[in-house]
Amino acid sequence: MRFVDEYRDAEKARALAASIASLCEPGRQYKFMEVCGGHTHTIYKHGLEDYLPENITLVHGPGCPVCVIPMGRVDDTIHIAEQPDVIMTSFGDMMRVPGGRGSFFDSKANGADIRMVYSPLDALKIARQNPDKKVVFMAIGFETTAPSTAMTVLRAKAEGLTNFSIFCNHVTIIPAIKAILDSPDLRLDGFIGPGHVSTVIGCRPYDFIANEYRKPLVVAGFEPLDILQSIHMLLEQLAEGRSEVENQYGRVVPWEGNVKALKVINETMQLRPYFEWRGLGFISHSALRVRDAYADFDAERIFEIPGSRVADPKACQCGEVLKGVLKPWECKVFGTACTPETPIGTCMVSSEGACAAYYNFGRFTRERVQEATRG
Amino acid sequence: MCLGIPGEIVEILQDQPDLATVDISGVRRAINIGLITDDNPQPGDWILIHVGFALSKIDEAEAKAAMDFLEGIGQAYADEIEALMESRIE
Repeated sequence: MRFVDEYRDAEKARALAASIASLCEPGRQYKFMEVCGGHTHTIYKHGLEDYLPENITLVHGPGCPVCVIPMGRVDDTIHIAEQPDVIMTSFGDMMRVPGGRGSFFDSKANGADIRMVYSPLDALKIARQNPDKKVVFMAIGFETTAPSTAMTVLRAKAEGLTNFSIFCNHVTIIPAIKAILDSPDLRLDGFIGPGHVSTVIGCRPYDFIANEYRKPLVVAGFEPLDILQSIHMLLEQLAEGRSEVENQYGRVVPWEGNVKALKVINETMQLRPYFEWRGLGFISHSALRVRDAYADFDAERIFEIPGSRVADPKACQCGEVLKGVLKPWECKVFGTACTPETPIGTCMVSSEGACAAYYNFGRFTRERVQEATRG
Repeated sequence: MCLGIPGEIVEILQDQPDLATVDISGVRRAINIGLITDDNPQPGDWILIHVGFALSKIDEAEAKAAMDFLEGIGQAYADEIEALMESRIE
């Protein structure tokens, strides 16, 4: 396939890899974080780490919305779903995420009416069809997904629906990146910036990373050559002593983002003072709630929410994995007690979680490396 | 739900200009194009679709690259398409 081959060409990849190696200062260690789970997936699937010199380490970031939802919010969702006359709707990805009291699937098996939807607009349709029920949409996602929820709330208001609300769990990527930059555990040299989030927020919100933290960030596409080229651009910046925001994915990401999408988020939602992230703890101004003007569509004001707090299972080290402190295979339960079929932690649930990506592709590389070092 | 899927606009619905019929891997579904109206979407345009909404216009080459990426990721893509099949946005 012509267009795809352009981004997959192994010869180009080798040429880029050689150029990457020549940009590295001998003896210097480089740590780059790919923020987005989609990038993690590409890196493992195509074995990109094998193309890189040994002194470059790729660290997997928190950009998987399912992975960062704390167990307490799963329990709160189940609590709402158990109220009389409630139909809870959720993206399929959330259904297997374990909370303190089991998953949505477990709750459904126990009689709660929890339905999978593809789009919040499907949830809205269920509300129209069931005027005697209270239909709640469990809204999750970064800025990629928040505009869709916002548009749905606007639509519900325009239609005068009184039986539709959202349980808002939308999070914002910038405070999470800042939390990682402020974390004493991890010293990073630069960021491979998220592709699809940036179609909405654009490239400007990353300026503080370049200006205040003096780290380069390159917004990247999802093909193997996109990622290698982004690493090349990061190394060029470091070699020239620059720290800037650059856009490798200009064919999709406009510098200013999607202005209309930002406008509808701002119309219907506002920042929470703080929000709990799995593994990262409480982060200030890192999540969205429904604005007062749309309170009639806010499940948190319609229902009593227990505000459950559940500690992660002791064996689970998702927190360290999400912060990039541990590699997936360094977790005690990786691939043994915790697998995609029976996940303990969220990173193993979502296909974009670092552990699931590593389980599906990366572990073979690691086994090869271990065999080689044993020999 | 994290995935962005490419599709080609077939028709913009006259009575609901925020909705378009879009061809996604040979399947036609209604997709909300309200977030990209400033870009003047037209039949024949390729768009990046996320949970029933078009997020941006893309070119055909990018659409093909994205589709190949998605087919390569296996189960997650199969789940997403299966969910899309169930979707009946109005």
